[in-house]
Amino acid sequence: MKNTLLASKRLAISESGFVFDPVSGQSFSVNETGLVILHLAQHEDDLDKLVEQLAEQFDASILEINRDVQDFIYRLKGFLK
Amino acid sequence: MSLTIAVTGMNARADNPGPGLAVARCLKESALAPRVIGFGYEALDPALYHRGFVDRGYLLPYPSHGEDALLARLTELHEREHFDVLIPCLDAEMQSFARLAPTLTGMGIRTFIPNSHQLALRSKDRLPELAAATGISSPRTQAVYQANFFHTCEAQGWRYPLMVKGLFYDAKLAYNADEAVAIFHRIAGEWGVPILAQSWILGEEINLAGVGDGLGGLAGAVMMKKRALTDKGKGWAGISIHDDELLFAAKRFCEVTKWRGGLELEMLRDEQGNLHLIEINPRFPAWIYLSAGVGCNLPDLLVRLALGEQLLPTPPTPAGVLFIRYAEEAIVSLADFENITVLGETLRFGALA
Amino acid sequence: MSITEKKPAWVAPVIVRHSSSGMNKFGGVREAQFRNEIAGVSIAELVEKYGSPLFVLSEEHLRQSVRRINRAFSTRYAKVRQAWSYKTNYINAVSAILHQEGCDAEVVSEFEYDKARRLGVPASRIFFNGPHKPRSALAKAVKEGARIHIDHLDELALLEEVANEQGVLEFPVTIRLNFDTGFTENWGRFGFNLENGQAMEAARRIAASPNLKLTGLHNHIGTFITDPRAYTAQVGIMIGFMNSVEAATGCTITTLDIGGGFASRNALQGVYLPPEQITPTAEQYAEAICGALAVGLKNREQNGKPLPELILETGRAVVDEAEWLISSVVANKRLPDGRRAMVIDAGVNILFTAFWYNHEVRPARPVEGIPEDTVLYGPLCMNIDIVRQSVSLPPMKTGDLLSFWPVGAYNNTQWMQFIQLRPAVVLVRQNGQVDVVRRAETLDDVENPEHLPIDLQPNFS
Repeated sequence: MKNTLLASKRLAISESGFVFDPVSGQSFSVNETGLVILHLAQHEDDLDKLVEQLAEQFDASILEINRDVQDFIYRLKGFLK
Repeated sequence: MSLTIAVTGMNARADNPGPGLAVARCLKESALAPRVIGFGYEALDPALYHRGFVDRGYLLPYPSHGEDALLARLTELHEREHFDVLIPCLDAEMQSFARLAPTLTGMGIRTFIPNSHQLALRSKDRLPELAAATGISSPRTQAVYQANFFHTCEAQGWRYPLMVKGLFYDAKLAYNADEAVAIFHRIAGEWGVPILAQSWILGEEINLAGVGDGLGGLAGAVMMKKRALTDKGKGWAGISIHDDELLFAAKRFCEVTKWRGGLELEMLRDEQGNLHLIEINPRFPAWIYLSAGVGCNLPDLLVRLALGEQLLPTPPTPAGVLFIRYAEEAIVSLADFENITVLGETLRFGALA
Repeated sequence: MSITEKKPAWVAPVIVRHSSSGMNKFGGVREAQFRNEIAGVSIAELVEKYGSPLFVLSEEHLRQSVRRINRAFSTRYAKVRQAWSYKTNYINAVSAILHQEGCDAEVVSEFEYDKARRLGVPASRIFFNGPHKPRSALAKAVKEGARIHIDHLDELALLEEVANEQGVLEFPVTIRLNFDTGFTENWGRFGFNLENGQAMEAARRIAASPNLKLTGLHNHIGTFITDPRAYTAQVGIMIGFMNSVEAATGCTITTLDIGGGFASRNALQGVYLPPEQITPTAEQYAEAICGALAVGLKNREQNGKPLPELILETGRAVVDEAEWLISSVVANKRLPDGRRAMVIDAGVNILFTAFWYNHEVRPARPVEGIPEDTVLYGPLCMNIDIVRQSVSLPPMKTGDLLSFWPVGAYNNTQWMQFIQLRPAVVLVRQNGQVDVVRRAETLDDVENPEHLPIDLQPNFS
């Protein structure tokens, strides 16, 4: 997880939700929440802290956010191999 | 005020191009000097990025997603671009546009396309009926829903090799039942059933592109013989010809169906010299730029008909003009690609990064 | 952050990779639309009151649908009769509405026959089809005067025996035919083949019997027929056979039953174009069928023969679009291959048609976010329980509702009680009232027919 968060720093992130990986040449679309996570990941390598920050911003339980973020990072990991 | 014309079929892939780019090019070279808007279905449709012929590119929802979605998208784009004329160029979308045509007319978007009934008449699974109605010969054709047909068809008088065709696209010659079944599944996987079985005739294919005036006349036509094929069987070089029988068949087709809009007739001359109707496409072919090349710009003609102009008969076109197709690459900025991916539209000309 | 300030709602994050094809943000528009009501009644309220999953029928849709077909045919041919195909949906409320609209009954088993009779349908208005009619069923049908469609020679012999036992003479019967229309695969397993002479042979046997009299011909060309020309061919062939059989045996045919098979606006798997483009309207079917009747029967009355009554056994086209299935999201999953999946509380046990059709799936509320290809799994602990292989849906939460449409055909008859109880079916009446027309099953419903021998009672004490 941590490695994936680190790797995400290389991504070129556009406010439109368009994400480009200069290493693999792949591009992606993320939704608004995905965008927030990628922005946070630029400065935060600890998943728990990242989830905490999200819980402060959004109206949902830590449990729900943690679950969704895990899923997101898992997806990302597959893409950033 | 110059015209704004929307053209679909921006999938100008090197080995099997959609006709949209060639139609756009014809329009750009016509005296109408219109703005051309390209409608694509995929972010990588090459012609969306060809700024010489296409001023701006937009994505449409896939035809398989239904007319409501298509109309909603067209309405939104019309508010921004104010289309005068729309030219659909792909088989799979023709039914949608035919059904939406009255609504589009109400919005001020003119089309010059066949209606649903006319489209059904030229549907590939109805070729024998059409052939009978026009008096043009055609090979035996049957719609096939189950692959098992190819194992039992010889009992019904079919002989291998035979052609296996998709209802919209794709065709391949099968030399035995196993091959036919494999082709059946491959095409059905992409375009669904029915698949068509067509008896195979040895001969030389010749083609005609034209415009039906909707009143039973053929407003203009260009004829062509392919001289070189890609491995998908698409022509990448061809030469203009003049064949009176082919022309007569096209006129007969327009007379019987009162065809309105672009068309392509694919016919085969067998070894005895008889012509057989293989297929009719309800739109311009990808080689339509040859029409501008021989001085009979058919997309220009179609737009004028759509605008209600009275036209003089077009003169016969010269034989012996070749087209040779080549591939070239468009250079696309990440910003432009991002824009079509995220917003479904290319950047405005001049806003290029 | 002050107390009055509300935090934005959490939407699950989504990331989608761009591939060389299928990259079109408008591709999923069809599925992204939502439906929050059925016939004017809120889906959320229906589920709150009657539970999830839930089948919802609309009386208005059902009546309009059968009326449209009736109008399409009766304005084109003088003698038309619709027989409601019980097997398509035999919930009593459905059958009753259709009988109120003037439909007869078409049944294919003794069970269905009894069901129609109990609902009050006179035997003379029941068309009795199917390959298995036991002696008891035939005896009942002959005694009560039902309209029997003979499927095979053994049945013909049995029927003759039954009629003879009851001392009935010239009992009017119909034979089921099968033949090649050139458009569809011939269902050769039902009825008598026309091409090889079986059908004519059966007609001769009937003509030779004092107890039976051939008065009708029946054929059913298949299911989900989207090319009306198949019916033109069917009717032409049936009329041709009618003329031959009348000439050969001296009988008079008074009914032509062309079966069913009309498509609904459902998306058959493997068909590229959307249903609204391939599904013919009732008028197009009627044109094809009645046009062929007009041609084939042109000189019939002049020749002293009556115009036969046209019988339609349309099932799917009548009821499919009048029913929805509401289901709830149970879980979101990410599959090992990266695909997104959802578990919902309705599976193929109650939505049997998911094996062949891609139903329209809509969230019951507007959902924001990037749609993603999703596999929909039912609640069964079975690998085959896939309600949809791939559908583009925005992110959804557990408890979110989805509606499936059209589901009126075959689901309420082919559903099975497997590891779960079957849910309720409600009917939205024309006045907006909601009636439960089949309550949710209980454990007692399943266990009542059982008997547990007393010595087998487990004892865990």
